[in-house]
Amino acid sequence: MSTADERTPVLEVFGVTKTFPGVVANEDVDFTLHQGEIHCLLGENGAGKSTLMNVVFGLYQPDQGTIKVRGEQVQMEGVHDAIDHGIGMVHQHFQLIPVFTVAENVILGDELTNGPFLDLKEARRRIREIEEKYGLAVDPDIKVGDLSVGEQQRVELVKALFREADILILDEPTAVLTPGEVDDFFGVVRSLVDQGKSIIFITHKLREVLAVADRITVLRGGKVAGTADPKTATQQSLANLMVGRDVVFQVEKGEAKPGEPVLRIKNLAVEDDRGVQTVNGFSVEVRAGEIFGIAGVEGNGQRELVEAVTGMRHNVGGTVEILGINATKLPPRKITELGTAHIPEDRNKHGLVGSYTIADNLVLNRYHHESFARRWIRDHHAIHKEAESLVKQYDVRTPAVQVPVNTLSGGNQQKVIVARELTGEVEVLFVSQPTRGLDVGSIEFIHNQIIALRDRGAAVLLVSAELDEILSLSDRIGVLYRGRLVGTFEGKEATREQLGYLMATGATPESEQAS
Amino acid sequence: MTGSGNNRLDRSLAGFRQRIVDAWSLQPLLVPIYAIILSFIIGGVLIAIIGVNPFDAYWALVRGMFGSSDRIAGSLARSVPFIGSALALAFAFKAGLFNIGAEGQLLVGGLTAAWVGTWAWMTDTPGIFAIPIVLLAGLIGGFVWGWIPGELRARTGAHEVISTIMLNSIALFGVRWLVNSRDPLILRDTTASVPRTQQISDTAILPELADSNPNLHMGIFVMIAVCFLLWFVLRRTTFGFETITVGLNPHASHYAGINVNRIIVMAMALSGAFAGLAAASEVSGTNQFFQPGTFAFIGFDGIAIALLARANPIAIIPASILWGSLLAGAPLMQQEADVSIDVVRIIQAMVLLFVAADAIVRYLFRMRGEAGPHIEAAATGWSGP
Repeated sequence: MSTADERTPVLEVFGVTKTFPGVVANEDVDFTLHQGEIHCLLGENGAGKSTLMNVVFGLYQPDQGTIKVRGEQVQMEGVHDAIDHGIGMVHQHFQLIPVFTVAENVILGDELTNGPFLDLKEARRRIREIEEKYGLAVDPDIKVGDLSVGEQQRVELVKALFREADILILDEPTAVLTPGEVDDFFGVVRSLVDQGKSIIFITHKLREVLAVADRITVLRGGKVAGTADPKTATQQSLANLMVGRDVVFQVEKGEAKPGEPVLRIKNLAVEDDRGVQTVNGFSVEVRAGEIFGIAGVEGNGQRELVEAVTGMRHNVGGTVEILGINATKLPPRKITELGTAHIPEDRNKHGLVGSYTIADNLVLNRYHHESFARRWIRDHHAIHKEAESLVKQYDVRTPAVQVPVNTLSGGNQQKVIVARELTGEVEVLFVSQPTRGLDVGSIEFIHNQIIALRDRGAAVLLVSAELDEILSLSDRIGVLYRGRLVGTFEGKEATREQLGYLMATGATPESEQAS
Repeated sequence: MTGSGNNRLDRSLAGFRQRIVDAWSLQPLLVPIYAIILSFIIGGVLIAIIGVNPFDAYWALVRGMFGSSDRIAGSLARSVPFIGSALALAFAFKAGLFNIGAEGQLLVGGLTAAWVGTWAWMTDTPGIFAIPIVLLAGLIGGFVWGWIPGELRARTGAHEVISTIMLNSIALFGVRWLVNSRDPLILRDTTASVPRTQQISDTAILPELADSNPNLHMGIFVMIAVCFLLWFVLRRTTFGFETITVGLNPHASHYAGINVNRIIVMAMALSGAFAGLAAASEVSGTNQFFQPGTFAFIGFDGIAIALLARANPIAIIPASILWGSLLAGAPLMQQEADVSIDVVRIIQAMVLLFVAADAIVRYLFRMRGEAGPHIEAAATGWSGP
């Protein structure tokens, strides 16, 4: 602690308050970044991390409070001011143009010119210089669309460095990376710091915070909940600080009692929207009363796989058998009526109709059932009653069931979906990224619901990009690589390292032949 | 000093407005009402620039609209077809579709209604059957003409805006040919001085309510009943729920097991049916024959009225009456104040402009922002499913 304090502060935020209509996103936040440190900003979704950083980056004007850069008070009127003060930000969603080359993307908005023409030659030279200095190898002439996600992230970093940023804000930088890429990324971050850069690292992943941070600030409900030293902090202590209460980390889970196979997928082949076959001979059998987790780097066919088995997407080959019935070509409603439920990957796109009330969302796939409609006439009273009871049962925090669902927090929105899907006779559950972007409390709740469903004898096919989630929930784990299973493990025997390697390469270290 | 004075004025105005709004629960109507006020103010400035006293002009306009019982009946009569075309637009909006094709659907519906109305056996059919048959014929004509772009959208992804524009042309020129052609003689009444179909059977004529210009007939009750029916369907039935769900989020609809393509096809077809029904009621009640020119712009004005009514079937009734009355009253303004009928057209266009770009109205009248209704999203979003 004392060594950090002796360093010079490069960025100081005093008493920043930022409100949006009805929400206090930041309240009297103090934050200091020292020269050459990695300062982790930790907090649940909605804790105000992004708002604070957007204030620093000039995207929002604070209601109150001051910002000092290198001891000098500054007024950030816009992003350009932030860039002029040497602040760079790498957003969670990359701001790159896929059809432009790396060099073109880097100079975009800050074009080097030679008369009326772009000076790409000079740009390339400077990009190479930056890449060498910080160990960020990317070919400046390659089109960004052809790069991997990890490489695209490096381009974002180069972009910031090209503008001579020495304070770098990284917003959830590891969310899209494989475990292997995360380690490489940490290496890059370290080398940036060694070269004198100062870094704010936003995340909600505790493991990463402990691995990379020099200092930690935890936000909760828009306020600073505390600061911590990674040398003495533990995941448990950080989680408690984040949530404000004791968190049970390990999911309480009894032995699985698997029964008959109820979901049989054979040689499934599915194309994505562009017509590329992303699921390629996928086969699996899931038994009643077990959770089969599918691990894999995003974009290896997870989305198309789940959409195909739930009837939302046509498959181009193979068969799906659910509860002994051939469900290969059935539409979504028929598949639901077999006794399945589906918690979709994208809750705003698929799971909810944002402007509908909670009540209507809770019956989104059952509005036509006898209990909610007499012939064609909807029974608003019955829907309301059902909603009230589900909201209570699933602990959805809301003033009323008649408020639009998009006024709820992410965690409560997901609870609405879980409540809808897990009600009734569910024998097979398809669940995709069930806790993405949720707070620790909601994650706990949703995990317990999934396990309870398993214990009632349902088969669960779980797809998640979070290895921790896969490891803590699954009874068996399969690794999806380029649209097929490349390995299956017993849940208890699998390790992060094994899975991570398989996810990244599609092969175990011993059998390099397979691809 | 002046700043604080302005603020105080603003505050008291805001308080006054809030009291009215609360008393009448006008919140959702505020933007349309202000848009109308604003358009008339700008129209007044326009009239003043021409050198006419805008109050004189507007007074003549108001008397033209509602100055006598005959004029009121005429204004109402003028409004009836707009109800149908606005319903066509509104229902499609609810399903997330932009049906530009009401114009063509009116023509096809009007033609089929007139054609069926001239069938020989209709003269022996009592009115209680003949009238519904003619109305149904128009409804089916519009249904088919709306079903085509719906089917194209569902099967091939062809955007309904493009296909309905094309179908408008096909309908316009097709109908014109059918009605104009003398050799071969198809549907033209050769005894008439203008190209039109033959007179429909007397038994198929909707009873008249007032001998105004144009005459007011029972069609107004038919169209108002349809408004309430659609309101009920949207609000209370599973089909209405499915339609609105598809309009708000087709992805979630697909996920929830709704057959999105079926809804798209049905929404377009029913949308066309509303237009077709409106045309049939005009053919049966007003003209007793079909003449293509009488339907010009009714479909396009339906876009404006549906937006003004925010796609609410009940709100369409007053919005249509406002629209039709303005057009009915404009000639008196021209006669007495020498202000062209086109000024009313310009005011109407501005109303639509301000409703669509409601940020202008909100800024000028210092209204708090609210989550925009779905209608704007439907009107501005051109992305397919």
